[in-house]
Amino acid sequence: MTELEKTGDLSVDDFLDPLERPELAPDIMAESAPFVAAPEIQEKLGYPGELVDNWQEKAIEKMGELAGKYRSFKVYLDSCVKCGACTDKCHYFLGSGDPKNMPVARQDLLRKVYRRNFTLAGKYLPWLVGAEDLTKDVLDDWYSYFHQCSQCRRCSVFCPYGIDTAEISMAAREIMDSVGKGQKYCNEIIGKVHDVGNNLGLNPKALKATLEDLEEDLEDETGLKIRLPLDEKGADIMLVTPSADFFAEPHIDGLLGYAKVFHQVGASWTISSYASEAGNFGLFIGSYENMREVSLRIRKAAQDLGVKRIIFGECGHAWRVAYSFLNTLAGPFDFLDQRYPVPQHICEYTHDLIEKGEIKFDKSKNDHIRLTYHDSCNVARASRMGDKPGGQFEIPRAILRAACNHFYDMAEDTIKEATFCCGGGGGLLTDDLMDIRKKGAQPRMRALKQVAEDHGVTHMAAICAICKTQFSKVMPDYGFDMDSIVSIHQMVSNAIILDGAKSDDEDEAVNVTVNEDAMPAADGAEA
Amino acid sequence: MPFERYSLDAFRGDPKKHPLIERGWERRQVITIIFALLFYSATAILLLGLAVRIRTYAKTPAPLKIPTTPAPTSKGGVVLRLLREVVLFKSLFKANKWIWLFGWVFHFALLIVLLRHLRYFTEPVWFWVAMMQDLAVYAGFAMVAGLIGLWVRRMVVPRVRYISAPSDHLMLVLIIGIGVSGLVMKYIMHTDIIALKAFFLGLMYFDWQPLPEDPVLLIHLGLVALLMIIFPFSKLLHAPGIFFSPTLNQVDNPREKRHLAEWAARLEASEGGGG
Repeated sequence: MTELEKTGDLSVDDFLDPLERPELAPDIMAESAPFVAAPEIQEKLGYPGELVDNWQEKAIEKMGELAGKYRSFKVYLDSCVKCGACTDKCHYFLGSGDPKNMPVARQDLLRKVYRRNFTLAGKYLPWLVGAEDLTKDVLDDWYSYFHQCSQCRRCSVFCPYGIDTAEISMAAREIMDSVGKGQKYCNEIIGKVHDVGNNLGLNPKALKATLEDLEEDLEDETGLKIRLPLDEKGADIMLVTPSADFFAEPHIDGLLGYAKVFHQVGASWTISSYASEAGNFGLFIGSYENMREVSLRIRKAAQDLGVKRIIFGECGHAWRVAYSFLNTLAGPFDFLDQRYPVPQHICEYTHDLIEKGEIKFDKSKNDHIRLTYHDSCNVARASRMGDKPGGQFEIPRAILRAACNHFYDMAEDTIKEATFCCGGGGGLLTDDLMDIRKKGAQPRMRALKQVAEDHGVTHMAAICAICKTQFSKVMPDYGFDMDSIVSIHQMVSNAIILDGAKSDDEDEAVNVTVNEDAMPAADGAEA
Repeated sequence: MPFERYSLDAFRGDPKKHPLIERGWERRQVITIIFALLFYSATAILLLGLAVRIRTYAKTPAPLKIPTTPAPTSKGGVVLRLLREVVLFKSLFKANKWIWLFGWVFHFALLIVLLRHLRYFTEPVWFWVAMMQDLAVYAGFAMVAGLIGLWVRRMVVPRVRYISAPSDHLMLVLIIGIGVSGLVMKYIMHTDIIALKAFFLGLMYFDWQPLPEDPVLLIHLGLVALLMIIFPFSKLLHAPGIFFSPTLNQVDNPREKRHLAEWAARLEASEGGGG
């Protein structure tokens, strides 16, 4: 229901409109910039430690290099006609009103420099085409505003040429990294993956202990020996899941859900300590090389463990990299069982089992929940599940409908391909960006409030570790409990009928307590 | 209508006394020469410029699969997706009904107007070009109306005004100028259409014929030539660009088919790992 241009004053009914266009508030978010990466973090990824002396020259050189390596970057810089279609589509614009958060204006921060250096008109008539030199102020703008883009691709859905601002902001971050101005949060995490294998820097011993604790919890709950195997050679399936699933709430409950599904069908599976991370922050900084290095860990782990299949847990951008890029970055996966997609999503796996009738649910176990579903942005617009386009929308919903009685979608223009980002994606899930994170969450929260008012919705499921962490931070601001955000496989976990499980009449069966000491600081931990 | 030969020597000496300036029929020759050269160069710049651009786009690799999903899973599907975008402006329709309305009306009216103009370049006129004559007259108005709508939006909607550079306004002014001057000739100040056609056929067959020297016609043609010249250097590159947009033109099959750019394959070979 994209409506005709709205001009009038707001009425009470408009108050909760998630798509309400704000008044322009120029440069109101200019100061919102993340911490800059320290030299040792930068150098570990092969970037200069700090801003190099001839950074302007180097940045332009890098820009030219990227325009030669990425067709998207080149074509998108040339093709924008400034029609305005994208101007009201970014959640950060809707939440902040800063015009530089309009996708086209964000791109223009870079495009104006491109025009100045790489186009005829920009070289000779800069004032005419809005071309500008790369000054310190422009660099500061880049650093602020390219870290206010979560690379969610919502703008690309509405652009008549499919221009994807994510491509521009990834390139901008790569250019900044190459001259020594990197973002602490992303680059530190990539360093940890290179060292230890996951975003948390969680070593194999600690991971093993954590999984054993969780196995005990599962046994207490169900009376069954449900396993969370680690590094078991010869297993059929390797599960690669965001490391937040091992530690953060509500993520853990999703992990327990995966384990129950595997247990119920007697699958042979394992987690790898070497590739104990589905997230791949190389994507966020636009670095093919870093993204590839992280992906190769998954290939190596699969080969070392001798598994036949790779399945990914619930994570948004991780699934983008897995689904769309893994074959490119770390393929070919001819050593895996070709009867299954490589890689496969845990939701595809569970959904197949539901279709075949191999797992069943007692939906009443979820009757205390009235649920809606947030399509995580990178799953929605940068990947697929199943055989058919749009499976990424249908399969998660089919699982949720199978596992609970009360499911209600939010407004159609805020879900599926038009879904919002949670506000914390794309490397923004860090405390130093809390202000823009909260502003970016506003459209989703308004849509949630609407469905809560219309249908009494109490909980929202998401399919991404970042979404889950972000929402547990912002939902309390809108009158929801922190635990109103749930994993899809948490709903599965609540309701799945396990053969031989002890009967339990209490609704609260699934709350797992985790040793507080073992919990890392929440932010920065999640992939 | 044979074209009188003349010598370039005529340009030398006192310009005021020059026979080409003093006598009207010779001024007409100068105008003819200027516009003939202008259209030759404009055509060359347009075609060469576009060829270079298209070549660059085609040669620049797209190393990763980035179709905006849900995306088609076959090449046929991609063709349909691009057709829906190019013919119906489907994404724009989803985005904003006003921009869609003005933009779509402008582009399709422009297409009809351009096809109608084939009558000045073909002899005999193709029957389907002759048939669309009546329709095309309305299209001229629709085109200008669409452009004015876009321009008003650019000035009135704060979000769009914010992102507009002078060139974004001038581009609209330029095309509106072309449309209005064309309509003026159609309805108010007619020009010698027969002579105009002879001029363009003459250009095409390298047998130059004099161009009518109506100011409105000269404005119209001058603006068209200007548009042709700036086309390959401006945002008008969206026309070829859309066909090279990876978010729209890629098949959604990354799990089934390994996609590897040449430079990525070199990186793999040099670093080892992968396949």
